[in-house]
Amino acid sequence: MKSVRCVDLCKTYRQGDLEVTGLDHVDLEINEGGFVCLSAPSGGGKTTLLNAIGGLDTPDSGEIYLAGDRIDNLSKGELAEMRLHQIGFVFQAYNLIPVLTARENVEFVMEVQGVAAASRRKRSLELLEEVGLGGLGDRLPAQMSGGQQQRVAVARAIASRPALVLADEPTANLDSQTSDQLMELFVELNEHHKTTFVIATHDQRVMAYARRVIHMLDGRIVDDERRDEA
Amino acid sequence: MNITFRLAWRNLWRRKRRTWLTVGAMVFSNILLVFMISLQLGMYEMMIVNALKAQTGHLQVQAPGYKDDFKIRQVVPNAKQLADDLRQGLATEEVAVRAAAFALISSGDRSYGAQITGVEPARESLVSSLPGLVTEGGFLSDPMAEEIVIGSVLARNLRVGVGDELTFIGSGRDGSFAAAVVDVVGIFESGVPDMDRGFAQVPLGFFQDAFAMGDAGHAVVVMAPGLLQVGATQARVEALLPADADLVVHDWDALLPGLKQAIQADFVSAWFMYGILIILVAFSVLNTQLMSVLERTKEFGIVMSLGVTPGRLGRLVLLETALMGIVGMVLGVLLGGGLVLWLHFNGFTYPGLEEMGGKFNLPGRIYPTVSVLGLLTGPLIVLAASVVASFYPALRLRWMEPVAAMRAA
Repeated sequence: MKSVRCVDLCKTYRQGDLEVTGLDHVDLEINEGGFVCLSAPSGGGKTTLLNAIGGLDTPDSGEIYLAGDRIDNLSKGELAEMRLHQIGFVFQAYNLIPVLTARENVEFVMEVQGVAAASRRKRSLELLEEVGLGGLGDRLPAQMSGGQQQRVAVARAIASRPALVLADEPTANLDSQTSDQLMELFVELNEHHKTTFVIATHDQRVMAYARRVIHMLDGRIVDDERRDEA
Repeated sequence: MNITFRLAWRNLWRRKRRTWLTVGAMVFSNILLVFMISLQLGMYEMMIVNALKAQTGHLQVQAPGYKDDFKIRQVVPNAKQLADDLRQGLATEEVAVRAAAFALISSGDRSYGAQITGVEPARESLVSSLPGLVTEGGFLSDPMAEEIVIGSVLARNLRVGVGDELTFIGSGRDGSFAAAVVDVVGIFESGVPDMDRGFAQVPLGFFQDAFAMGDAGHAVVVMAPGLLQVGATQARVEALLPADADLVVHDWDALLPGLKQAIQADFVSAWFMYGILIILVAFSVLNTQLMSVLERTKEFGIVMSLGVTPGRLGRLVLLETALMGIVGMVLGVLLGGGLVLWLHFNGFTYPGLEEMGGKFNLPGRIYPTVSVLGLLTGPLIVLAASVVASFYPALRLRWMEPVAAMRAA
């Protein structure tokens, strides 16, 4: 079963007076449980592809399937519902809600999903424990290090038990040691929960963890390097 | 407490100074509204009570058409018997008969037109404040005595005092010549210029003789237990009238239409000003919430990327406004209510109030009413207007695209 399938994706956008090609006839298939890195220099199209797969941005043409369901023709509301239940996002800048504690940040998504208060409290504490932040649930983001905040973001991303986690430069603001810890966490989650990870990065250290690295340039896939993955 | 509620509450205090400024505007307007509305209600109540006490009473039984055409022939027959029946039926003493006619009152070579009202001396004080407003001499005592109580301006115009004689000439019910000589036993000062200038009272029995009224009167005045019971009392009075009697029952609103119109005109002009105040507060809220939404564009983009719908985020903005409004309302009602409570016992005045109050038989101090209506009407409207004002920033979220929002600085 394919977790992600993109067929002939094209996307252009304007940057000032310039028309930039974000995606140029991209075809891509990612298996369930995959651990894939999208590698490209800045402006190479990796974030555009990640946004398209996550339903945050719509392609100009082409088709996108998640777990076999086409998503590029869904309404905004349907896409939001899909993101809420099927996809977890991890961003470069952590992007936690600053006025909520670590536990509340994780719980918030579950509350939106309609999970009962007792269940979401229990699960948020378990998730924080799983990402190595047991006992820090009552801290506000400002009271945590960058690495800790990114771990909270990971806990938030997997709170809804998504089949797919999309991470955009997740280690860009972290030191090398913290980056390694985060990537080890991703690998662990991938192996234990069979969650598919698609990580946009240009960090070689991050790519070293991937079982497949897709290289992009100017919106095109120029190389598909498969390591352990079929 | 759910997380959305906590999030809304904490979001409010991200910019404490801005939130307090907006809440301050709400508190100020709420205090002002609580004070002004309570003052208005207190003034209206005083205007009504005083005007009714001095003039019409709560209800009057009259002949049909008498209210609009003040003819002496349009009478309530056997008025004292009817009054007795109503007293018994309503189980109240606050019922009295009146009869009225216009006459020329003279003293020496001075003559002035005035309305002479025949009243029951022992009962008039139960339905009217006029006996208590006698400042010189005393009120009428003997139902048949040839005595008169006149307004202070009329006394000054006629140059008479207590103990002097007056002559009045008018037309009786049967068209006969009605004339009598009466002794001035009292002079009243109501504060209402028209009453003090053109109003006089004589005993009912004497009036009925002088104006050939027989046992008839022109009105049976009835006081209800309170303003709110006027409607119910009116229904009971109507039920107590003899089936064959050609009589009608008017409430104070019908008897004194000018009073209600004056109150309505004051009410409308006051609410026009309150409306401007509320709109200003609403714009202040709009500004605050718009700024707040614009500042959090990136954050909203992130939350939307997690699957939170714009509608839910819009409700979050409305909840933030409602919480801010509730803080403003609670503080405004507490402070405004405290002020009103203090003034309720100590009274309030301002330059020109005595002169204006005189027109409505009001005292020189106003005592605001402490009521749920006065305390909550204004603040609830401010709260509602604030929430409505934040619809625009909330609706802006509907057009927000997660990717564009996340790129915002």
